[in-house]
Amino acid sequence: MYGALWRLMPGPLWLRIILFILFFVIVLGVLVVFVFPWLNTFVNVNDVTVGDQ
Amino acid sequence: MLGIIGELLITAGVLVFLFLGWQLWLNDLIVGSDQNKAGVALAQGWGSPKPAPDAGAGDKDYGDPVVGTAPANATQFAVMYIPRFGADYSRSVSEGVGTKDVLDKNGIGHYPGTQMPGQVGNFAVAAHRTTHGAPFHQLATLQVGDRIYVQTQDGYYTYVFRGLEYVRPTGVGVLDPVPQSPGVAPTDRLMTMTSCNPMYSASERIIAYASLESWQPISAGAPEEILATVTAKG
Repeated sequence: MYGALWRLMPGPLWLRIILFILFFVIVLGVLVVFVFPWLNTFVNVNDVTVGDQ
Repeated sequence: MLGIIGELLITAGVLVFLFLGWQLWLNDLIVGSDQNKAGVALAQGWGSPKPAPDAGAGDKDYGDPVVGTAPANATQFAVMYIPRFGADYSRSVSEGVGTKDVLDKNGIGHYPGTQMPGQVGNFAVAAHRTTHGAPFHQLATLQVGDRIYVQTQDGYYTYVFRGLEYVRPTGVGVLDPVPQSPGVAPTDRLMTMTSCNPMYSASERIIAYASLESWQPISAGAPEEILATVTAKG
């Protein structure tokens, strides 16, 4: 999967490395801004109050 | 084929770690910083932290603290400063302790039905220990004598930390006017802070107790220890 992605990248080696890193940074950005906050609404570890709730 | 499945599984594993790192560290940094700024903005809307010219210098006894009335649910009515948690710590306190509408959004919540800051009895609050800005992340680092300042539109209430207690989630006795003493009439002005325990679990609660040491009106200016925090630019 990542091998195919690597072969798809154009250009000489140094350009491929830069594009690869750029690709992951963008994916990380999408994750942090959209995916993780959405996932966070499902994971409720914390109940911090005392009471019968 | 197997190579792709392997890579997908590894990717899924890495994603889980990334999510945990985000949820338990990065997001708390970001949201915590936002909450600090919101707290300072709220506080500065109540009046200048600098003392009024006719306030007089030095320690002054301002008499019994002014006690406010509890506002509607999810309304931010106070700002809490805890120097032990950092010089920029300034989180707002909202009425109510609903998870979705108060604790996840605003920060610290005030148990409805418990007393207000400065009131004889128990001013009880709750906040997340991890996630959603984690206002009470460092609750266990408090040491006897640490000051906790609560500012409302009426003034600054200085509480002093006394001790910690660990209870079960059903331990509602800590919310009594005299904590853990049902039916006893209160004579002291106390504050109770609750959060979950151990750090990444909700199987118990950690309780921090503090008692009121002094109070001063807004016109007297912010207490010296938090003056820099309250005057900070957003």
